[in-house]
Amino acid sequence: MNAASHEPAPLLDVAGLTVSFATEWALVPVVTGLSFKVGHGEIVSIVGESGAGKTVALLSVLGLTDRRNTKIEGSVTFRGRSLLDLSEREMRQIRGREIGFIAQNPMTALTPVHTIGWQIEEQIRVHLNLSRAAARRRAAELLDEVGLPNPAKALDLYPHQLSGGMRQRAVIAMALSCNPSLLVADEPTTALDVTVQAQVLELLRRLRLDFGLSIILVTHDLGVVGEMADRVLVMYAGRVVERGPTDVIFDDPWHPYTWGLLASIPPLHGQRAMRLASIPGTPPSFTALPKGCGFAPRCRFRFEPCAETPPRHEQGEHAALCFIDSSDRPRLREQILYPSSDRVA
Amino acid sequence: MSGGALSEALAHPETSAADGDLGASLAGSPAGPWRRAFRRLRRDRAALGAGIVLLVILVASLAAPLYASLVSRTDPFRSNLSGKIMIDGKRTPIMQPSTEGRGLGVTPIGPTWRGSYFLGADAQGRDVAARLLHGGRNSLLIAGSATAICLILAAIIGTTAGFLGGGVDMVLSRILDVLWAFPVYLLAISLSIVLISKPIIIGPITIGSGSLILPIVIIGLVYAPYVARPVRGQVLALRNSEFVLASIGLGMPTWRILMRDILPNVSTTLIVYIPLMMALNITTESALSFLSVGVQPPDASWGTIILDGQGLLYTRPAVSLAPGVAIVITVLALNLLGDSVRDALDPRAGLRR
Amino acid sequence: MPGSGGEPMIAVIVARIVQMLFVMLGISVVVFLIFFATPGADPSARIAGRNATQETLAAVRKDFGLDRPMPVQYVLLMKRLFVTGDLTSFANRGQRVIPQIMDAAPITLALVLGAAVLWVVGALVLGVVAAASRDTLLDRGLMGLALIGVSMPVFWFGEVMNLLSQSRMHDTIFFSWVPSLGYKPLSDGFAPWFKTLVIPWFTLAVLYIGFYARVLRANLVETYHEDFIRTARAKGLGPLRIMLRHALRPSLIPFVTMFGLDFGALVGGAALLTEVVFGLNGIGRLTYVALQSLDLPVILATVIYASFFVVAANALVDIAYAALDPRVRSGR
Repeated sequence: MNAASHEPAPLLDVAGLTVSFATEWALVPVVTGLSFKVGHGEIVSIVGESGAGKTVALLSVLGLTDRRNTKIEGSVTFRGRSLLDLSEREMRQIRGREIGFIAQNPMTALTPVHTIGWQIEEQIRVHLNLSRAAARRRAAELLDEVGLPNPAKALDLYPHQLSGGMRQRAVIAMALSCNPSLLVADEPTTALDVTVQAQVLELLRRLRLDFGLSIILVTHDLGVVGEMADRVLVMYAGRVVERGPTDVIFDDPWHPYTWGLLASIPPLHGQRAMRLASIPGTPPSFTALPKGCGFAPRCRFRFEPCAETPPRHEQGEHAALCFIDSSDRPRLREQILYPSSDRVA
Repeated sequence: MSGGALSEALAHPETSAADGDLGASLAGSPAGPWRRAFRRLRRDRAALGAGIVLLVILVASLAAPLYASLVSRTDPFRSNLSGKIMIDGKRTPIMQPSTEGRGLGVTPIGPTWRGSYFLGADAQGRDVAARLLHGGRNSLLIAGSATAICLILAAIIGTTAGFLGGGVDMVLSRILDVLWAFPVYLLAISLSIVLISKPIIIGPITIGSGSLILPIVIIGLVYAPYVARPVRGQVLALRNSEFVLASIGLGMPTWRILMRDILPNVSTTLIVYIPLMMALNITTESALSFLSVGVQPPDASWGTIILDGQGLLYTRPAVSLAPGVAIVITVLALNLLGDSVRDALDPRAGLRR
Repeated sequence: MPGSGGEPMIAVIVARIVQMLFVMLGISVVVFLIFFATPGADPSARIAGRNATQETLAAVRKDFGLDRPMPVQYVLLMKRLFVTGDLTSFANRGQRVIPQIMDAAPITLALVLGAAVLWVVGALVLGVVAAASRDTLLDRGLMGLALIGVSMPVFWFGEVMNLLSQSRMHDTIFFSWVPSLGYKPLSDGFAPWFKTLVIPWFTLAVLYIGFYARVLRANLVETYHEDFIRTARAKGLGPLRIMLRHALRPSLIPFVTMFGLDFGALVGGAALLTEVVFGLNGIGRLTYVALQSLDLPVILATVIYASFFVVAANALVDIAYAALDPRVRSGR
């Protein structure tokens, strides 16, 4: 990769992040060798099935894992500071202030016994030096910005009095209350229905535009990726199996897993398929990871070399870990993305 | 103690903070849940220690007659007011002239720390240590049997109410409500007083008023509602769970559903309750005996010995202290074991270390 | 307490009261059955107490309508207890029952209230500190103490406290102020009243502190795994604030529920062991003495009195639940 000398330093630089859990039997690696950068105003998406270790990766960046049974190796650099080396107190000044976090399930993300106004004001007053009245005003502004109707009244509502979509918006408002430069969003729209999902995504796009917000967007939905992300990382069994700019990944995917993910998006146009394509099998248990390529057991094209660690193919910003040769690729890819056998007559 | 404090037992499986499915993918050890639980229990040192302590107490209690005949050489059930024993070569009377107050009356000897009258004598001149071991037999027997009755009753009532639902459930739940409203001790005392005053004759069976069956049945009965409630709740939830509804829809016979889906889960709940209920029952039995409505003389239990020692509390405290300490140690061990059993059976325990 | 748009609170309260009455009816029936219907004994002998003369027995039979059918007996009994209020104790030479209860109630109340204050504060401190420092030596030590507290039979511990404070260490500075066993009413002065109650308060509280501290700690640790705690940490909040403002309140819900039930039961007479050991003439002791002498009218009255408190406590606890958890208020 061309290391341009006048390329601005990335906001977040994750290198070789490896996270292992200590279970009662062994040290189990859940994320292996994760590396990526996030620039200012960039939306980077991490895609993969449930259980691929995406959430754990995010939590490790924020230092929110349970230190007693989690081992973290590698480096995480935010604005030039190494987050993994910071003390808990220093991390607390970054969390909520410079890095915001949105969890997957809006129904349980807010404390049930306090109003949303109280919770937003709490965050504001912990980090910024505002009076109660000023904090309350700001909270109302934030709720207005995220599109909550009647923000002044909404401040005094309890979380259970809001719908899922509203709650997620409140959570977004809260996460952004201190103007962080990076937002870490863990499947923010998974628990919401499609129309609300569109609204929330639109909100995030606008925030990026208006405030130069960088976003790490974890999702399992390639549709969301296509709409939102500048760059994509495809994760499987704890590793990044393919990465690249979004349009390149969609136009010219290299890894069979990516093909499977793309193929499983039901097409809006053309003939209706008889069967929805899916990737057969299930993700492996982390305690029983296969040697060599993690995806091999489910890969239609696996052959003997796949028992060894796959090599890395690179072209500019696009990279993938696979044994399939670039010459074979288009043909094999066709079989997954455009199978001819499922047409309705 | 009453209903509030008792509902603690099963309440706290701890959840994991990792990905929801991550939990499933990490739990992939090959052994089944029972084997895993057992392994976890074996590695828990507190549980091991508690188990050993309980074993020692059990063995010691069972060996009570041996102790009485071989070590202390006394009959723990016979008064020995004019006896004498050898201490350091001197023959000493067991009941000594009193040195307290006005010097009238007699005081039994204190602990000799020897084979005979190791912990001293009680007001009847009997060897406290020997009585302690015999008392342990009764206390443990009553607690164990009462626990068995309690859990069996609770399982039957709870499963019936939870599974059949509707009118049956309503009636049973109302009855449970009424029983629950009685403070436990009051109910137990009331029943005891009524039943102990005269022998009970049911057909050919006569239950004498001093029989141990009375405290066993009463204590088991009184605590059954407390366990029946969580069992009922669990069975209710299971019955409405998707896999049971599917089984019913597929026409599976009721007893199959009960055996395959409901009973294994209920038995897990009950197993966790065993050490906890035993601890509770020991305490309850001792309280009832202390109030003279539990074990009746000439039988002894830890509670009756504490009662015996009341009059001697300030002069010969060992009589009351010893059985109390025995209770504390036993109950402590049972509670520790109960905690460990509950943790071991927690399906998500593998994620924490 | 009523939240925004709560479902007709009135309807809920009325339903609860009806349920309460039903349960109390059930209890009175059970008590009646236990003492009057157990096979093989003459209830009149029980009422008149032991060593009653033939005339007394005959009078009792007539008074209580014991030659009438069961349901009639029951109604007559309830009438004397509730309506005419002239239920008299036969074992105590015609002394009326209700005033006896009225005299004993404040003593029990004083004992239970003081102990409750001690145990709530103690359990809160112990539980919070243990949860905050979980898995450290401090945590294990505190929970070990709590476990010991739970494992001691309360009457035995009371005896031990008596041994120390009345006898062995009575002459030391620790316990020289302890008066002899028994209760001194407030009207005799605050200090004497206070001194008679300190040791009983402590004794009764120890058991419950142990229990509640363990429960609170377990609830706190469980709450810490909830999503909203993770959000709070991601907000950059400090551990103290997270504990006190986000974790404690949801964890207190079971605590409060249990407390209400235990308090109700204790006020109704479940503290009888403590009262007996320390010579306090509260409801518990009254019940016990009545039971021992088979003073049936007193037993009936005290047991119903006790059950009333338990049932009332149940209802109050539900109300408190709504106050603590806003989700319950709007009927979700």
